Amino acid sequence: MLHHYLSPVEPWFQLTAALLLAWALMFYPMLAIWTNERYKKWPVHRYLFWYAGVIAAGAALVGPLADTAHTSFSAHMTGHLLLGMLAPLLLLHGKPLTLLMRGLPTNAARRLSRLLNSHFIAIVSHPVSTAILNFGGLFILYRTDLFLLMHQSTWIYALVHIHVLVAGYVFTWSILYPDLTAHRHSFRLRAAVLIVVLAAHKVLAKSLYAMPPAGVTTTDGEMGALIMYYGGDAVDMAIIILFCYSWHKATAPGRIARAI
Amino acid sequence: MQMEKAEPSNAEEMNSKLRKRNFWSGLLFGIGMMAFIDEVIFHQLLQWHHFYDLATPQIGIFADGLLNSFAWFAAIGGLFMFADLRRRQAVQMRYWIASILIGAGGFQLFDGIIDHKVLRTHQVRYHVELWPYDLSWNLFGAALLIAGLVLAKSSKERRSA
Repeated sequence: MLHHYLSPVEPWFQLTAALLLAWALMFYPMLAIWTNERYKKWPVHRYLFWYAGVIAAGAALVGPLADTAHTSFSAHMTGHLLLGMLAPLLLLHGKPLTLLMRGLPTNAARRLSRLLNSHFIAIVSHPVSTAILNFGGLFILYRTDLFLLMHQSTWIYALVHIHVLVAGYVFTWSILYPDLTAHRHSFRLRAAVLIVVLAAHKVLAKSLYAMPPAGVTTTDGEMGALIMYYGGDAVDMAIIILFCYSWHKATAPGRIARAI
Repeated sequence: MQMEKAEPSNAEEMNSKLRKRNFWSGLLFGIGMMAFIDEVIFHQLLQWHHFYDLATPQIGIFADGLLNSFAWFAAIGGLFMFADLRRRQAVQMRYWIASILIGAGGFQLFDGIIDHKVLRTHQVRYHVELWPYDLSWNLFGAALLIAGLVLAKSSKERRSA
């Protein structure tokens, strides 16, 4: 990337991110262990998923990869794969919402579940909405001047990174149901949305290969686009396997009506 | 019995559904497998195909993205459908393999005619006389497809015999 475009990310961003990550690492096991007194023991593999997810997100936000991402598009794209695709998948398998429900007092848990059942959540958590939120964000980031602006203002930098994580999280959630899910949709609809988003992801990667964002050199842009294309394939393979596995479990013979 | 409710009451109807599932499982897996072989052999190992060739029109890029993401899903989904047939003890191996050949041959032909020639996503190889490559590409696809259709017919005859 051409250096004269850049102004460095201000230190408050990495400090805040590091603090939030530390909280995520600390409060999750505290809540799990605390609620173990009243409920079934919180399984070990969920701690591992949660920690792996926090580490994946952390690698994209603070430390050497995040620093390199400021000058290298390939590093930036690696970070975004970690933050927008891998971290959400791992974090969701830590079932944080289930854990929160376990920990909240009854009244607060009721209020939270009323909120989750609301029309608003039904609309924003629909697979089509989360797909637009997720892919629309990517499209705007790479095909407008936002990519350039992001490297000039720490505030925009922070907003973009929060959006990538949150949009990736709700999208993955709306396709797979790893955590508590209030509004469910058919396998067919979710499969179609997943295929379309994966296709759009591939098309965007190819368009970046041909025409990298302003300020990115050709070789760096091509490398970043390939990372986006094939890295996306790899994480998507995991999502598709988990999706098909959930279909396989749901349609086990004798399990439900319309099983076949 | 409650378990019975889940399945169609009629045994014949059930059989026909499972036979269809054998077909779809094989077809999807065949499509996905061929797309995967195409990616590994022609894109990665031989590097004949190009990731992006500047002559590709927009529609070609869109069609290729959609086809590849569908194929990625089909490869995995087809195998899960096969696992479902296994646990129902309903695999019809000959018919399943025939369906794989139909899917693989169909994909190869589609790729060779629609992707390479109509949409011009990319060519089989660059800087060479192209027609022998195109011809063998499509003949190979047609051969797979015909083999699949013949095998499917023979599996039907064996069942009714």
